Amino acid sequence: MGLIWAVVGALCAIAFLYVVVMMIREQFASNLLDALLAVIEVGLIVQLVAGLAKLSDAPADLSKPTWIGYLIGSLVILPVAWVWSQAERSRSGLGVLLVGLAVVPFLFLRLHQVWTTGG
Amino acid sequence: MGLLNRNFGRILVFVYGVLALSATGRASVQLATKFHKAPGPYLLSGFAAIVYILATWALGTSRKATAVVVVTIEFFGVLIVGATHSGSVPLDKQTVWTDFGSGYGYVPLLLPFVVIWWLWFNSDRRGSRQARPPEHTAAD
Repeated sequence: MGLIWAVVGALCAIAFLYVVVMMIREQFASNLLDALLAVIEVGLIVQLVAGLAKLSDAPADLSKPTWIGYLIGSLVILPVAWVWSQAERSRSGLGVLLVGLAVVPFLFLRLHQVWTTGG
Repeated sequence: MGLLNRNFGRILVFVYGVLALSATGRASVQLATKFHKAPGPYLLSGFAAIVYILATWALGTSRKATAVVVVTIEFFGVLIVGATHSGSVPLDKQTVWTDFGSGYGYVPLLLPFVVIWWLWFNSDRRGSRQARPPEHTAAD
């Protein structure tokens, strides 16, 4: 999971910076950003599969529903942010994407916390 | 009155939506799988989840009065729970509001202030003051 978190987290950081640049330039749509978000989402699907596979050697005190909940939760954040941002092509719309891109790495930390402390 | 879900409000609705999702997920797991371990904190988690769902709905549908009430409840909830439920609380007994929302970067503590500012920014009084036409002078 560590590699997936590192790669997807780095992609989130790149996308975050790209959105900031878009905000400064008042550019409210970008195919490149959409592609980047799609790649991140694929990474999150890989995380879901890897996370479910990892359950076979889970610590005894792990709360499996919490673990699965965070895996699924991290999967829905960006699609919801994207849809919500599309309804308003403005800096605020991009701001929604910024929040979504900040939340995903935060959920990685929570997943790590849940795995190590049992959740 | 301006629409609460436009401009900056769009970000607020999303942030509340994320908190609603998070609090609901946490409360559902706690209430469904280990309610007997700590009924108090888990019921509190459920209450926080309802508050965030209502706040998301109120802001998302521009219901100002409801938003004021819900956000006020949220603010006092964070303060009371933060003051009484802090320190080294185990992860599985924490709520969104534990330790003033430190597990969520203190966002639950800060959000009510941001929302009140946003509601004031969108208030009728302010809006009518901005929309008022220039006053005529005697020379007119």
